[in-house]
Amino acid sequence: MSNKMHIKLNVNGKDEEFLAEPRELLIYTLRERLNITGPHIGCETSHCGACTVTIDGKSVKSCTMFAAQADGKEITTIEGIGGPDDLHPLQAAFKEHHGLQCGYCTPGMITRATKLLEENPNPTEEEIRFGMAGNICRCTGYQNIIKSIQAAAAEMSAAKEAAE
Amino acid sequence: MKDEVTRDERIDNLKGMGCSRKRVEDARFTQGKGNYVDDIKLDGMLFGDFVRSPYAHARIKNIDTAAALEVPGVLAVLTAADLEPLGLHWMPTLAGDKQMVLADGKVLFQGQEVAFVVAEDRYAAADGMEAVEVEYEELSVIVDPFEALKSDVVLREDTVDENGKPTDGAHGPRNHPNHIFTWEAGDKDPTEEVIANAEIVAEEEMYYHRTHPCPLETCGCVASMDKVNGKLTLWGTFQAPHAIRTIVSLISGLEEHNIRVISPDIGGGFGNKVGAYPGYVCSVVASIVTGKPVKWIEDRMDNLMTTAFARDYWMKGKISATPEGKITGLHCHVTADHGGFDACADPTKFPAGFMNICTGSYDIPTAYLAVDGVYTNKAPGGVSYRCSFRVTEAVYFIERMIEVLAIKLDMDAAELRRINFIKKEQFPYTAALGWEYDSGDYHTAWDKALKAVDYDGLRAEQAQRVADFKAGKTRKLMGIGLSFFTEIVGAGPVKNCDILGLGMFDSCEIRIHPTGSAIARLGTISQGQGHATTFAQILASEIGLPADSITIEEGDTDTAPYGLGTYGSRSTPVAGAATAMAGRKIRAKAQMIAAYLLEVHDNDVEFDVDRFVVKGAPERFKTMKEVAFAAYNQAIPGIEPGLEAVSYYDPPNMTYPFGAYICVMDIDVDTGVTDIRRFYALDDCGTRINPMIIEGQVHGGLTEALAVALGQEIAYDNMGNVKTGTLMDFFLPTAWEVPNYETDYTVTPSPHHPIGAKGVGESPHVGGVPCFSNAVQDAFRPFGNTHTNMPHDHWRIWKTANGLGLHD
Ligand code: FES
Ligand code: FES
Repeated sequence: MSNKMHIKLNVNGKDEEFLAEPRELLIYTLRERLNITGPHIGCETSHCGACTVTIDGKSVKSCTMFAAQADGKEITTIEGIGGPDDLHPLQAAFKEHHGLQCGYCTPGMITRATKLLEENPNPTEEEIRFGMAGNICRCTGYQNIIKSIQAAAAEMSAAKEAAE
Repeated sequence: MKDEVTRDERIDNLKGMGCSRKRVEDARFTQGKGNYVDDIKLDGMLFGDFVRSPYAHARIKNIDTAAALEVPGVLAVLTAADLEPLGLHWMPTLAGDKQMVLADGKVLFQGQEVAFVVAEDRYAAADGMEAVEVEYEELSVIVDPFEALKSDVVLREDTVDENGKPTDGAHGPRNHPNHIFTWEAGDKDPTEEVIANAEIVAEEEMYYHRTHPCPLETCGCVASMDKVNGKLTLWGTFQAPHAIRTIVSLISGLEEHNIRVISPDIGGGFGNKVGAYPGYVCSVVASIVTGKPVKWIEDRMDNLMTTAFARDYWMKGKISATPEGKITGLHCHVTADHGGFDACADPTKFPAGFMNICTGSYDIPTAYLAVDGVYTNKAPGGVSYRCSFRVTEAVYFIERMIEVLAIKLDMDAAELRRINFIKKEQFPYTAALGWEYDSGDYHTAWDKALKAVDYDGLRAEQAQRVADFKAGKTRKLMGIGLSFFTEIVGAGPVKNCDILGLGMFDSCEIRIHPTGSAIARLGTISQGQGHATTFAQILASEIGLPADSITIEEGDTDTAPYGLGTYGSRSTPVAGAATAMAGRKIRAKAQMIAAYLLEVHDNDVEFDVDRFVVKGAPERFKTMKEVAFAAYNQAIPGIEPGLEAVSYYDPPNMTYPFGAYICVMDIDVDTGVTDIRRFYALDDCGTRINPMIIEGQVHGGLTEALAVALGQEIAYDNMGNVKTGTLMDFFLPTAWEVPNYETDYTVTPSPHHPIGAKGVGESPHVGGVPCFSNAVQDAFRPFGNTHTNMPHDHWRIWKTANGLGLHD
């Protein structure tokens, strides 16, 4: 097929430009074209959340969005959330509270949770359960994921208060 | 040497057994730096995908690949005709059967692999798949195993001789062409006699529905044949990498030393990734044919439709007892639907896995079990999903039979369990169906559990609820789910457990470096269980080097010692024992070195936490770190340089963890909606290595149990169409449906295991399924319900309520 489109994205602060077929899915663009392998594929039908990224400030499942639909947008993946020297409090909390086992859901979980805490910095357990219900974990039974998010929320609020 | 550190600090410093050490795996996973199979990229790598059958049973009249080969980016299309000259169109299964790699003349289930398209990327492969033209002639479909045993339709032509008579199968004679085996355990006549003469007999039929492990990462592999040096490298989602290497060698003819199998990070296994699948074979062939690396990754639909289902057991039970409730006999018959090929992952001597632990935790004097395996037009590959070889089915069966017997006796089900438990002093206990249980203390665990939830209080509340319901004051019923289980894990002793003839030992090899750090390699492979963390803890306690100084490596057959892999909760019982034993070999040599350095006799030093101390002179010692250095820099008379050890551990017996679970559930009679108010789980897995990880395993196992009991099912229609091929229809619980669990424990070490550990990862699933199910059924007990089949989704619960007249 030759009906390629010219697409520009900004991924984790870096501008990317390429030609792609209209049918190219964003998860494919990230993983295969840009070598960003943090977002995973678990279902390809928007059910599991393993592929969750942030696009212009919103949590999006990148398995059911075309790259073309993301043209001109800013995308953040787990790789853009924190690295070894500047861990995001959620990354630290997931480790501290055993919020992961096989780790396959974890990039999507943490990416989603960063947004959840931006939208609602002090969520109740129920709000966390509801807000994370688009992300499936087959290993942890969620209890420790919720604990991790609560701990990160407390830590982030405390840091914010200290800064004010 | 002066010692400023106290003994307690030295123990803390090791982070050995019993410590909730944080996981060393997590850094890469939380930062998106895991290395799963789909993350692997090699130069020139191609992508392979399957054309799959839309029919459940059909003859293939023609496959035309010409158009597909014209599609831009498509390099090759493999069919059975291409594999046949290589002898690779059929492959052996783990259960002594054989299975088509690509459909050979006909298809036996929907989704079966018909052709393998190899292309430059996924999109080109998908275009190629579209263009492959397959002409089918539909045949009659059998989805019901009982019908299969009566039908004239012969599903597998290779099961009959030229006169149409059934040939012998891998496990003895067949009594019908669609019959795979009959497997028996126990004493038939005495059991039937006891039951025939008993005062009380309860009977029940139950269907343990077909379900699926559904790890979040699907199965896949990358095969890379290097023709220059003759080496094949195969990365994949393998729970048993060494076994896969042996299988690949056996079927490909490549010598085993020329094959390197690597399991990178694995995104959950749960039994789904034990078996060998056509995708592996086709990727290897395609890499040989094209000379390029080939990747194959299932999508979710492939995974749900074709890859290793679980359960599908039709069980019929009879249990007899005295009027006081003492059980006297148990009879169980199973009709097991194995689908198109018998591809179960069971030890070869146990065609129905460990179903013969169906006497459970109870002292049942006489018992008999028979299982009939049957072919149908469904996907093959029955695995023991998060359990050890059908223990889940066995425990569900006995825990339901106990409930049904309690109803018959009009007795409290908790009390009925108590009076029939095997007693502490009876261990080691040989069950009527042959297994020897290593250790247990069931009464203590049960009493602790009942007390923790205030069992009597709950029953009083439930009685009040029933009264309120009858008085029209509420529409919600309350169920109290009980379950007490004994798992059988740690497969297993080479004398009775093997896969494809490979004995199920496991292994550990340790190398201590001069500076006192170490690497240990094992034959197992973690899929989220935290091996890198816990095995280092075992070693830290055994050899006295801090866990943080020990690297654990698994999953690379070029470096790891041969082992049978991770499934059936065998890592801790088998590889954990190998680790401890290898550690003890290190310690024995280190002791000799220490004695030499301290200028005393070998027997005059003793090991203490992290050092060897001269007996009676605590100020004279050499730390393990010092000994390690000496092992590499001093000539010690009579001792080889270096500090290494390897252990291949063949366990003398299986291990038998157990537990007591209680679930409190509210059920809305009008909507069928369930609300789990409370779930208490007491586990006894013997010595506890890392309590944090154990608790995490319990949460995860219970959540998978909840899914199975309350909604998850692989369902078919009469034409053999899979009705549950995506996560839209196949229930995986989210954070919204899952309760908080209360965990608890007792500790009854295994007497034959070097560190007393028994394994835990599957216990919560095995014990959890009957507990959730019993809660639902208990809620309806006061209204005359004895048994309803899982999955208890809202619709089925509503129907139960309706059937009992609760909507009038
Ligand atoms: S892969 Fe995108 S939601 Fe599952
Ligand atoms: S940790 Fe395995 S899926 Fe969440």
